[in-house]
Amino acid sequence: MDFELSEKAIDFRSQVKKFIENNLTSEIISNMHKTGTFNDKSFNEALASEGLLAGAVPGYGDRDPVELYLLFNELEKAGAPYDGLAVTMLVAGIINAVGTEFHHEEILKKLLTGKHNCCLGYSEPDYGSDVASITTKAEKVGDKWIINGQKMWTTMAHESDWVLLLTRTNSEVPKHKGMTMFMVPMATPGIEIQPVPTMASERTNATFYDNVEVEDQWRLGEVDDGWSVMGIALALERGVMGGTNPAVPLLKHVLNWAETTPSKNESLMINNTLMRERIARTAIINQVGQLLTLRAAWIAATGGMPGVEGSMAKIYASEEYQKVVGWFQQMAGAEGLLSFGAEDAAASGWIDYDARHAPVTTIYGGTSEINRNNIAERHLGLPRSR
Amino acid sequence: MSADQEAIKDVFSSFFVEQTGPESARNSMPLGFDVKAWKRISETGAPGMGVSPPAGGGASLSDLVIVAEEAGSQIAPLPIVDHVVASRVLEKLDLLEEEVLTGTLVAGLVVRPVENGVAKSVPTGAIANRLIALNEDKLLLITEDPPNESLPNHGDLPIAHREIKNANVIAEGTEATEIFDRALNEWKTLISAFLVGITRSSIEMTVDYVKDRHQFGKPIGSFQSVQHGLADLPGLCDGARLLVNKAAWSGDREMSGEIKLTDNEISDFATLASMSLVFAGETSLQATDRGLHYHGGYGFSEEYDIQLFYRRARAWSQILNSPSEECLHLADLLLKDSED
Ligand SMILES: Cc1cc2nc3c(=O)[nH]c(=O)nc-3n(C[C@H](O)[C@H](O)[C@H](O)COP(=O)(O)OP(=O)(O)OC[C@H]3O[C@@H](n4cnc5c(N)ncnc54)[C@H](O)[C@@H]3O)c2cc1C
Repeated sequence: MDFELSEKAIDFRSQVKKFIENNLTSEIISNMHKTGTFNDKSFNEALASEGLLAGAVPGYGDRDPVELYLLFNELEKAGAPYDGLAVTMLVAGIINAVGTEFHHEEILKKLLTGKHNCCLGYSEPDYGSDVASITTKAEKVGDKWIINGQKMWTTMAHESDWVLLLTRTNSEVPKHKGMTMFMVPMATPGIEIQPVPTMASERTNATFYDNVEVEDQWRLGEVDDGWSVMGIALALERGVMGGTNPAVPLLKHVLNWAETTPSKNESLMINNTLMRERIARTAIINQVGQLLTLRAAWIAATGGMPGVEGSMAKIYASEEYQKVVGWFQQMAGAEGLLSFGAEDAAASGWIDYDARHAPVTTIYGGTSEINRNNIAERHLGLPRSR
Repeated sequence: MSADQEAIKDVFSSFFVEQTGPESARNSMPLGFDVKAWKRISETGAPGMGVSPPAGGGASLSDLVIVAEEAGSQIAPLPIVDHVVASRVLEKLDLLEEEVLTGTLVAGLVVRPVENGVAKSVPTGAIANRLIALNEDKLLLITEDPPNESLPNHGDLPIAHREIKNANVIAEGTEATEIFDRALNEWKTLISAFLVGITRSSIEMTVDYVKDRHQFGKPIGSFQSVQHGLADLPGLCDGARLLVNKAAWSGDREMSGEIKLTDNEISDFATLASMSLVFAGETSLQATDRGLHYHGGYGFSEEYDIQLFYRRARAWSQILNSPSEECLHLADLLLKDSED
């Protein structure tokens, strides 16, 4: 792996940095935390018209995964709303890999304008980690499919034009072999969205599918082969699409706070020994998170599948983020509990926010345990424990 | 890794496996130095590999971290890291003796500042014929014969206190501190690589053990709690290696690096060397800690190798100073722009 980025990647990064400087306003950031929707269509559109979006689709166009990593890493470091964009671009990547002509014309082209979003409909109330056991049913009736069931945690459903929906099409075969994937237009009659509020302001949804009728052209991949499409999604996503440097914006907010906040024994928190030790440790964690992610991107850029390496980056970054948040929240004492807008809130409320947000990072996108299973079996060669 | 570096790795991997390893570590006690293996490695010219090409060397720091990791993976009781770093200092000051180049005389670094005329707990203190030390703003070359007896210690290292006798001032003022800082950063980087080697071997040895050892009618490696305790380690080990490699890369560059803390863009050598030591150190503690634990009672017995790795991880990760102290030094580097 090269620690020196290529000329092209350096140019790309400065283009992204400049874009962020010019387009990411404090209104966009405060609005995302007010609404809980980490997606901003006009920001996405601006990215598209700057020509930066096509490069955000994994496997598409002439951008390599290192640039993909750079785009999402810069957005993450700047605290920009990128969750909706990451999912949408992931779906664009899947369509690029397995979609039909129709999917390219009807969906991918629109996604690249930044005006449209997608969401992921994998998890269900009863099946999360064991996602291959889902029960939402798709039945072929004539030349149409009729879908019935419920999905849980369908984040961005309320912003989306399509849901990438994992369905059961055959219950007679082993569970992995009886699922089919669809791109269901959200406007189809029979779909209902109910918001699910969370402890960290970010909004997700439960989605209900009641005799939802779709034509066969919305099927993505072969019938009963939805698990392969899931596999592509995971391989495209792991590591490179943000989520591995969450403590970078946190550290920035903590530094601003420590430089201006009096401490008991020293003049300012920034001179407190324990504070300085923890700042140093956080800086190390941020570097290691970056290097593990960059390595996953490198493997993808050179034609490999960084499945295990992505798991390593994901576990490391999310677990350490929780640890770091805990340190700083405790160091801030009572003011570390105060939220956005509260008088005297430590780091203007960011410490409270990050402490609320951190727990979900070891859960969504595959829990730490599921990623550890992956490493134990596929990297260490230990026997399956389930 | 370049093709040349692959070759370096192969050569040194075989060397350390054949000539050192746990048996050599056991046989070298109590001194902590395998004299025979040192003679062998000297025949290959390795002690001189860190100096410039005209003097017979030519290895970059990025090459040397590969050697140091292989040495660490076999807990080689050889002062290779210290020797290479010290000989680079001696060459810079035009003081490189032929006997140091060939390894006939062992050179080392007093990694902590001298206090009241004594260098305390020097990592190669028991065996080094030439020691480089910083005494306030004077760089010293100590040529006193070594005691050849080490202080009994946790990691079976050739540690000794050394009084400052037979010492010449070889540089003064900022030149002295700059040369010493550079040497110490190289030392941190290479010791970190040695610690990555310790971590790597501890993981491998433990994974082999849990596949082999059966309880309740199955391999203990099929229990999920054991799997998960181990599954965290390869990512930490790889992360430490990446950080060490990045430190070496920045140390090899002509230009000075930068520290952009809030943007997480860091290419400054001193900063990366310090980060490496803290992170590779703590990673090695965790890997050897879990490794020993999953060996059960056998892990605690003399007979098994994991305890050798466990003790050396602790020794190398804190022989310079406590990790908390190192973090405070790191914080000074990271925050220097935001003060004044
Ligand atoms: C805010 C948020 C947004 C989300 N967004 C989406 C989305 O957009 N689309 C979507 O499809 N899903 C989404 N998810 C769902 C997410 O992927 C699941 O929550 C996750 O996969 C875990 O599933 P679960 O919640 O059912 O927990 P469970 O699977 O019930 O797990 C509970 C606990 O048991 C552990 N566990 C489970 N199986 C094992 C095992 N084999 N070995 C060891 N431990 C195990 C888990 O690690 C966890 O700690 C989101 C979730 C949240 C909270």
